[in-house]
Amino acid sequence: MSTTQILRGGTVTDQRGTRRADVAWVDGVITDVADSIDPPVGSEILDASDAIVMPGLVDLHAHLREPGQEEAETIETGARGAALGGFTAVVAMPNTTPTMDHPSVVRDVLAIAEGASCEVVPSAAMTVGREGKLLSPMGELASMGVRIFTDDGDGVQDAALMLRIMEYASGLAAVTGGQPIVLAQHCEVASLSAGGHMHEGEWSGRLGMGGQPSEAETLMIVRDIMLSRRTGAHIHMQHVSTAEGVELIRHAKADGVRITSEATTHHFTLTDENCATYDPVFKVHPPLRTAADVAAIKAGLADGTIDAIATDHAPHEPHTKEFPFDQAPPGMLGLETALSLATAELELDMATIAALMSWKPAAIAGIGDRHGRPIEPGEPANLCVFDPSERWTISGTEMASRSQNSPYTGREATGRVRHTIFNGDAVVLGGEATR
Amino acid sequence: MKDLLTIDQLGADGIGEIMIAADSFAEVCQRPVPKVPALRGKTIASMFFEDSTRTRNSFDTAAKRLSADTMNFSASSSSVSKGESLRDTVETIEAMGVDAIIVRHKSSGAPQQIARWAQASVINAGDGWHAHPTQALLDVYTVRQEGRSFEGMKVAIVGDISHSRVARSNIEAFRTLGADVTLVAPPTLLPPFAESLGATVSHDLDSVLGDTDVLYLLRMQSERMNQALVPSLGEYHRTFGLTRDRARQLPANSLIMHPGPMNRGIEISPEVVDDPRVRVLNQVTNGVVVRMAVLYLVLSSAAAERSGE
Repeated sequence: MSTTQILRGGTVTDQRGTRRADVAWVDGVITDVADSIDPPVGSEILDASDAIVMPGLVDLHAHLREPGQEEAETIETGARGAALGGFTAVVAMPNTTPTMDHPSVVRDVLAIAEGASCEVVPSAAMTVGREGKLLSPMGELASMGVRIFTDDGDGVQDAALMLRIMEYASGLAAVTGGQPIVLAQHCEVASLSAGGHMHEGEWSGRLGMGGQPSEAETLMIVRDIMLSRRTGAHIHMQHVSTAEGVELIRHAKADGVRITSEATTHHFTLTDENCATYDPVFKVHPPLRTAADVAAIKAGLADGTIDAIATDHAPHEPHTKEFPFDQAPPGMLGLETALSLATAELELDMATIAALMSWKPAAIAGIGDRHGRPIEPGEPANLCVFDPSERWTISGTEMASRSQNSPYTGREATGRVRHTIFNGDAVVLGGEATR
Repeated sequence: MKDLLTIDQLGADGIGEIMIAADSFAEVCQRPVPKVPALRGKTIASMFFEDSTRTRNSFDTAAKRLSADTMNFSASSSSVSKGESLRDTVETIEAMGVDAIIVRHKSSGAPQQIARWAQASVINAGDGWHAHPTQALLDVYTVRQEGRSFEGMKVAIVGDISHSRVARSNIEAFRTLGADVTLVAPPTLLPPFAESLGATVSHDLDSVLGDTDVLYLLRMQSERMNQALVPSLGEYHRTFGLTRDRARQLPANSLIMHPGPMNRGIEISPEVVDDPRVRVLNQVTNGVVVRMAVLYLVLSSAAAERSGE
C-alpha cells in the first residue's frame, strides 16, 4: 500500500502565490494542498514549519563531468549536491569526454542517471566535439528528447556556422512534436579573450593579469541577436556577466527577438576584486566582473530581462586549483549554495526567486510538464523546502561534490534547504541526502 | 615581515628600514672579505620557475655574503614539467627544511599562493607582470644614493608598462616615497585604467623629457610585435626610444635607469648607453646590497615572530 507523505506547517510559494498550506502526496503525485491536512493512518510527516515549500529548483547549467572526469564529479555526486541545493532537475552540460554530441553518449548519461537524486537533463553539443566546425546530429539528438544544444565552454566562433545551426534547428519541430529547440550560447569571442584569466579592468591592470574584456561577451550577444532576428531561432545566453550584455538582451526582448538568458550566482555575488588574492577558486569563465556589472545583473533579474538563475556548477579536482591562477582551470561549485545566496543577495521576494530558479528555467529546458509546476493536486511531487532562517557556514570540503572549489568557503550564510522531494521521495531530509 | 611579496606591503617606513640596512651591507661589501655571519645556519631555497640568470645570481651572492646555505631549484630540471601542482612542488622543497624561499615565476600571484602554503618566508623575485619588489627597492636605493629628495621628484617610466612587473613595483615604490610618476607608452602597452595605478599617462616621450629627474626605460620584448601591440621595433625606437636627440632634452642632473638586460638600438641608442647620467651598473651593484638587506630583515623578523617576540 502506498504511503501518504505530508509536508506540514510550511508556507507554499508557487506561480499562484504564497499561502500557508500543508502538502500531501502519494506515489509521487500531489493529492492535497490545504491549510491543515489530517494525516491518514500510517502517513509520514515531514516538518515544514517556518519553511517555504516551493516547486523543485531547475538548473539550466551544471557540469556533472561524467563521462570522462569522474575524479572531479560524477552524475551521482553532482545530482546529490543538486538535491542538497533544492534542485529536482539539472541540465548537464555536454563538455564531457567523450563529448555529448552523439545519441550513444546521451543514452549513457541517461542510463547512469537512473536512480540519481534528481532528474539529469542532458544537453548536447551543437557541433561535433564542440570544435565549432561541423553540425552535431541535432535531429537524432532532438528525436531522443534533447532540447538544449550548446558548445558551452566555448562559443561558436564562426558566424556562418552559427547561422547554419540556427537555420537547421528551426526545421526540427517535426521531430520534437513542436517543442522548441534552444540554442544556448557561451558568449565569448575567443580572439578578444585570448590570454585573459580575469575581467579586463582596473584589477587586472593592478594585478598584472591578462584580461578578458567585456566586449568578448557582448560582441557575440550582438551577433547572435542579429542571427536570431534573421532565423527566428530561440537563443539562450548563458551566464551573462556584463552590464552591456544585460542591456543588449533587454533591447532584443523589447524588439521581439526569441531570446532568453541566465545569470549565475557568482556573477551577482562576487567581483573581479576577489581575484586580488590570486586564489584560483575565483577563476571562472566568463570572469567575475565589476560592481557595476553585478548591479546590472541584479537589475536584469529583477525586471525579467534575465530569465533564470543558473549555477554553472563546475567541479575541478582540488590539486588543479593549486596551480598558479593563469594555469588553473576556470569554474566553481554552485549547486549547494545557489538558493541561499540568491535569497541573501537579491532584494527579491521569494516568488520571484522561485520563478528564476524553478518554473522559468523549467520552461526553457523543455521540462515544464514535470518540474516547476504549481503545487496543486495532480501535479508531480517535485518540491524544495527551504528554511530561510537557518544559519550555516559554507564549506567546500563538506559538500556532496567530489570537488571542493566553492568560492564561498568560510562564508556565514542564512537560509538552507531542509528537504528536497523528487518524484515523491525525500532525497534530502533535514539537510541530509538520503540517496 | 614574514614575506616580501609587493612594495605596497612595506610603506615608506618599511622601504626606509631596508634602505638603512642596505647602507650597512654596502659597507660590508667594501671589505676585503665581503662576508658576515648574519644568516649562518639558515637555508635559503631559490625556486626559479622562469629563467633569470641575473636576479638568481644577485640573490645567490647576497645570501652567500650573509653566510646562508643556498639550495637551487629550476623548473626545467624539476617535476613541474611533469605536471606537479605548485603546492606539491613547494611543499616538497619545504620538507627539506628551508627558512626562506626566493620565488621567480612567470605567473602573476604565484608568490602570494606559495606564501599561503609555506611556513618559510617567501621573497618575490618577480612574478608574471605583477611585481618585482627587490628590483624596485634597488632602483630607489640607487636614486637615494644621489642624495636627492624623492618628494616631488619627476619619474618617467617608458615602455611596455602593461607586461612589466618592474613598472608596477617601481610605480608603488616611487609613489610611496613622494615622487610623481608618469607612464610613457603607446596605448597598446598600457594596462587598462593605467591611471588607477597612481600615475600620469603620456603617449609623447618628447613632451615629458624636459621635466624628468629619473628616466626609467623598460625592456621591449620582440614578441610584442607579433601581438600587434607595436608595428615594429624600429618604429618603437623612433617614438619611444632614448635617442641621442632625446638625451639632449633630458636635464643635465637627471638619471637614466634600466632594469637590464638592455636592448641597444631599441629602448636606448648605443651612443647613449655610455652617457654619464646612466646608472645601470650602479643598479646591478646595489641589487646585491639591497637583497642582503631584504634577506636579513625577512629572516630575522621571521625568527623573532617564531620565538614569540
